[in-house]
Amino acid sequence: MELLVASAIGILTAGGIYLMLRLRTFPVILGLSLLTYAVNVFLFASGRLTVGAPPILLDGVETYTDPIPQALVLTAIVISFGMTAVVVMIGLGAFLGSDDDHVDDQPENDTDQAEGKS
Amino acid sequence: MMHWIALPIILPAFVAPFIVLAARYHIGIQRVLSVAGVLALVAIALGLAVQSADGTITLYQMSDWAAPFGIVLVGDTLSTFMVLLTAILALFVLLYAIGSEWDTRGRHFHALFQFQLMGIMGAFLTGDLFNLFVFFEVLLIASYGLMIHAGGTMRLRAGVQYVLFNLVGSTLFLFALGSIYAETGTLNMADLANRVALIGPEETVGIRVAAVLLLLVFAIKAALVPLHFWLPSSYAEAPAPVAALFAIMTKVGAYAIIRVFTLIFPPSLGATAGLFDLWLLPAALVSLAIGMTGVLAAKKLDRLIAFSVIGSMGMVMIAISLFTPEGIAAALYYIVHSTLAGAALFLIADLVRTGRADLTLTPQPVIAGNALTAALFFVGAIAMAGLPPLSGFLGKLLVLNAAYGSTLMVWIWVIVLGASLISIVGFARAGSTLFWKSHSVVTAEEGDIALSPDLQSPDPLSPDQPYPNLHRPAILSYVAVGGLIALLAAHTVFAGQVHGYTSTIAAQLFAPEPYISTVLDTPGKLSEPTGDH
Repeated sequence: MELLVASAIGILTAGGIYLMLRLRTFPVILGLSLLTYAVNVFLFASGRLTVGAPPILLDGVETYTDPIPQALVLTAIVISFGMTAVVVMIGLGAFLGSDDDHVDDQPENDTDQAEGKS
Repeated sequence: MMHWIALPIILPAFVAPFIVLAARYHIGIQRVLSVAGVLALVAIALGLAVQSADGTITLYQMSDWAAPFGIVLVGDTLSTFMVLLTAILALFVLLYAIGSEWDTRGRHFHALFQFQLMGIMGAFLTGDLFNLFVFFEVLLIASYGLMIHAGGTMRLRAGVQYVLFNLVGSTLFLFALGSIYAETGTLNMADLANRVALIGPEETVGIRVAAVLLLLVFAIKAALVPLHFWLPSSYAEAPAPVAALFAIMTKVGAYAIIRVFTLIFPPSLGATAGLFDLWLLPAALVSLAIGMTGVLAAKKLDRLIAFSVIGSMGMVMIAISLFTPEGIAAALYYIVHSTLAGAALFLIADLVRTGRADLTLTPQPVIAGNALTAALFFVGAIAMAGLPPLSGFLGKLLVLNAAYGSTLMVWIWVIVLGASLISIVGFARAGSTLFWKSHSVVTAEEGDIALSPDLQSPDPLSPDQPYPNLHRPAILSYVAVGGLIALLAAHTVFAGQVHGYTSTIAAQLFAPEPYISTVLDTPGKLSEPTGDH
C-alpha cells in the first residue's frame, strides 16, 4: 500500500508540475488542482498509513490512526477548493478582458492599457 | 489569562464581516468603522509592545488547550514589534486609500483590508506552524481580492500570476508541513524546537528536506531571487494603497524565516548544519543586485519601486542570513525602514499618477502639486536608496557592520555599496524625468507635438486642456504620505533606541529557552490526563 500511495502522489505531482509549466490559464489551473490533490494525499499519509483503525479514543481499541493529519487535510482541502474557485474567476476575467490566456508577461502588452479603465 | 494578545486577530475578524453585513452600501460608515478598527489596533499593538518590552513572553492558549495539543498565540518582543509595525503602516495606508478615494473604485475594499490585517497579525502572533499556514492563506485570500480591486485587464492579468504563484507556494508549504509532521509528530513551534534537537545525526534526511521546503516557501513570500518573479507585476499593477500595504507582506516571509530558523532550526543545530548558510547569503546578495539593477532598468515608476522593494528585501535577507544577533538586529531595523519607505514610495507613485496619463518614465506635462510631490519623492528615494541622512543609510551601515568578519564580507560590502550607487542613479533618473523635464515639455495646446506622438496622453480630455488631469490629490493623501515620511525621519532620529530594541529582540531570539518553556510548561485544560472524562 505504501508503494501505491507513494506512486500516486508522485504521478499526481509530476502531472501537476508538467501542466503548471504550460503557462496557459486552463492547464495551469488543472495542474494546480492535481498538485493540491497530491499534497492532500501526502498530508494524509504523513501520519503513517493505517487501515481500519479509529481516529478517536474508544474503549477496547488497541490501534489508532493519527487524527491530526485528517484535521490538517480537511483544512487544506477547504482552502485549496476555495482558492481554485478564486483563481478560475480571476483567470476568466483576465481572459475575457484581454482575449489571451497566457499566464506569463507578454512583452508587447507591457503597457498601461488598463489605466483608463481603472 | 491575558486576552489582549488575541485582539489583533479578533478585532479585524469582527470588523470585516460587520462592514460587509451592516454597512455594505454606506462608504462613509465603512470608512469610520475601518479607521476606528485600525486606530484600536494601533493602541492594542502599542500596549502589547510595551507589555513585552521587558522580555515577558505572553502566551494565549486557544480554548485553554495546553500547548502541543492546542493552538497557541505567543507574544514575544519580535511578534509584538512586527504587529506594531503592521498596525501603524495600516493606519497611514488606510488614510491614503480614503483620501485618494481608491476605496470607492470597487466594492468591499475595507472588509478585505481588515481581513488582510487579520491574516498578517495572525501570522506574526501564532506559535503553531500549521496555524501559520492558515493565517498565510487568510492574508493571501484577502490580498487576492485587494490586488484586483478596481479591476482592469492588466490588473487581472497580474492578479492571475500573483494568485497562481502564491497557490504553488501554499502547496509547497503543505508539503513542508507534511514532511515535518511525519518526521517529528508535532507542528507546535516550541515543541518542534525540542524534538528536532533530538533527531540523531544519521536520521536527518527527512527533516533536512522539510527545512529546505519551508525555507523555499518563506523565500517566495520574501521575494528572494530567484523566487521573486511574482512581485514586480503584481506590486506594479495593484492599486497604490494595496501595494503599500503589501510592503509588509514580504516582511511576513522575512519574519517567518527569522522565527523558524532561530527557534526550530537554529544555526547551531547539527541536523541542518551546512544546509542553507551556503546559498542563502549568495541568493540575498543576488536579490539586492538584481533589485537595484531593475531600478535602473525600469521604464515605469511603479515597476521601479517594485524592484527597489526586491532590492531592499535582498538587504534584509543579507542581514538575516548571517544568523548572528547583530545581523538579526540590523535586519529588524532595516525591515522597519524598508516597509515604511516602500509604502511611502508606492503612495507617492500614485500621487504622480493622478496627474499623468501613465507612469512611464517619459517627460510629460507638469502634474498638479508637482513641487510637493517631487519633494516627497526626493525624500522617499533618498531613504530607499540609502543615502544619508535618512534611515536607509543607518540601516545599511548596521548591515555592513554586522557583516564585518563574515567569510563573504568582501562580497557583501562590494555588492551593498555597488547596489546603492546603481539605485541612486536609477532614482535620480526617474525623479529628474518625472519632475524636472516636465517643465520643458511643450504641451499640445501650443500647437507642438511634445517629443513623440505616441507619448501623448490617451486621456480624451488632453487635446483640449493643457493639463489633462489637473486634479490635485486630496489633502488627506498628502497627510498619509507625509506621515510615513515623518515616521521614516523619526526612525532615523531615534535610531539608537530602535536599534537597542531590535538588539534585545535578537538576544531574545537567540536564547529561545524562555519561549519554549513558556509555551510548553504553562498548564491548560487536559494538560494532565485525569481519566474521568
